[in-house]
Amino acid sequence: MKLLRAKLDWILLPMIGFGAAIAIWQILSVTVCKELPSPWRTWLESREYILKPFEKRGEMDQGILRFTWYSLILVAKGYALALLVGTPIGFLLGLSVVFTRIFDPIIQVLRPVSPLAWLPLGLVLFLGAGKQASELGALFTIAVCAMWPTVLNTAVGVRAIPQDYLNVARVLKLSRTKTFVKVLIPATLPYMFTGFRLSLGIAWLVIVAAEMLTGRPGVGGFLWQEYNALNYAHIILCILTIGFVGFALDRLMSVVERRFKTA
Amino acid sequence: MAHLELKAVSKGFGDPSQRTEVLHDINLEIKEGEFVAIVGFSGAGKTTLISMIAGLTKPDAGSVLLRGKPVTGPGPDRGIVFQNYSLLPWLTVYENVALAVDQCFPDWDPARRQAHTERYIAMVNLTPAKTKRPSELSGGMRQRVSVARALAMEPEVLLMDEPLGALDALTRATLQDEFARICQETRKTVVLITNDPDEGIYLSDRIIPLSAGPGATLGPSIEVNLERPRDRKALNHLSRFKEIRREVIEYLVASNRKKRVEVSRALVLPDIEPEDLSVPRATFGARKHPIRRSEIKRENVEI
Repeated sequence: MKLLRAKLDWILLPMIGFGAAIAIWQILSVTVCKELPSPWRTWLESREYILKPFEKRGEMDQGILRFTWYSLILVAKGYALALLVGTPIGFLLGLSVVFTRIFDPIIQVLRPVSPLAWLPLGLVLFLGAGKQASELGALFTIAVCAMWPTVLNTAVGVRAIPQDYLNVARVLKLSRTKTFVKVLIPATLPYMFTGFRLSLGIAWLVIVAAEMLTGRPGVGGFLWQEYNALNYAHIILCILTIGFVGFALDRLMSVVERRFKTA
Repeated sequence: MAHLELKAVSKGFGDPSQRTEVLHDINLEIKEGEFVAIVGFSGAGKTTLISMIAGLTKPDAGSVLLRGKPVTGPGPDRGIVFQNYSLLPWLTVYENVALAVDQCFPDWDPARRQAHTERYIAMVNLTPAKTKRPSELSGGMRQRVSVARALAMEPEVLLMDEPLGALDALTRATLQDEFARICQETRKTVVLITNDPDEGIYLSDRIIPLSAGPGATLGPSIEVNLERPRDRKALNHLSRFKEIRREVIEYLVASNRKKRVEVSRALVLPDIEPEDLSVPRATFGARKHPIRRSEIKRENVEI
């Protein structure tokens, strides 16, 4: 009985939250803001995109999952770049005091810069790339913005390694490489994965901004185009898609993270 | 020649201006195959002493010699069992021991290394738990893994830093019995650091008290000439056991008393002037507080 109750709560209570949000949306659409499409109108206008999620009717008129797929691919590339660059920097920061003294101030200065500010710079950097410029610029922006949580968490993780583990490595006379592979990396992994999860969240945040400004096909690009075309229902569709995909990505990463936490 | 030798070893910590010497003029000679227990108060510098033998910290003065050669750094010739086990939590029992074996005997073929690893896991009775991770083991089991790892390196000297300090009394007794058996089997040179004189006497050939710090030094070494294997229950009634125990404890207590320092501190006595009740009390506003004629006295306190 109690178990059933707990299960019901688990499904029912979030439903109440969603219901309330939809109710407020409905009320807003009929009272304050007449321009805001009601939930039902949003559904009617978005049906085409949701029910045929992979259809391609034109460059900027495609099923919502197809757009999501484009965005995910770009995010994956930018995120991979962020991890490849961020993890080694994190290790260097954690291991070397001199390195920290040199680079920590500049990291602290660059960290709070918004993706909207990085993107133009990214486009300028890759002006010579011609057609590829927008993609490379977007990749650069995602990588630069998503890198910091990985960098900082890895550094903290390395600094938090118990002296005992290092003593074991010293008594066994492990070489530098072996100490790194057998002790430093496994001991830092839980922290690294926390960083990876936060980085993925940021990468997904950045993609929308990057696509909006570059006009690339994807959820963000679609959102901006539909705003300009006055199809407000589709904006809401995009927001919900971005939200659910972001949520799914975070859940996925926390499952992976938990696997390494026990180690 | 002594197997392990400490010559006039001193070690201090802190800035040069207010440096406190933790260990002062430690001299020790250990024969091959001898089991030496060092007993002392917590905080006396026991861990510092064993870290220096292990080579994890360097002495300020004096030298540590292993077979006449000075110790310059840590190495697998001195296996160490840490108080907090220091197992790598992401490796299984087998992998923790195998890491040490693979590192110490790289030229052996894999089958021989595996057999060697398994032999030491079996020696500490952990074969059934060999695929478990440290987090799934009890404290006593973890310490056994740590012992297996240290012994599997086939060190010349086995160093144990309060190996049973974090365990409950029952597990402690079981593990003491096992240590006694293993040491009997392997005939290793062992240095055991402990804060329990009974444990030291039960396991060792020679027990040495470490005086209370700061500036701790080794006391007279006392030969534990009791028959092996020793029976824990019978031991308590042996007059020689009682004698050794008394000697060790008396030395420790005496060294602690000497170290006591007198400190003088100010004492404020609650000397309150009586309130004058003939004056009517104000109902509102400032209430009269008792007047304190503070009288300061100095008192000497022993700490």
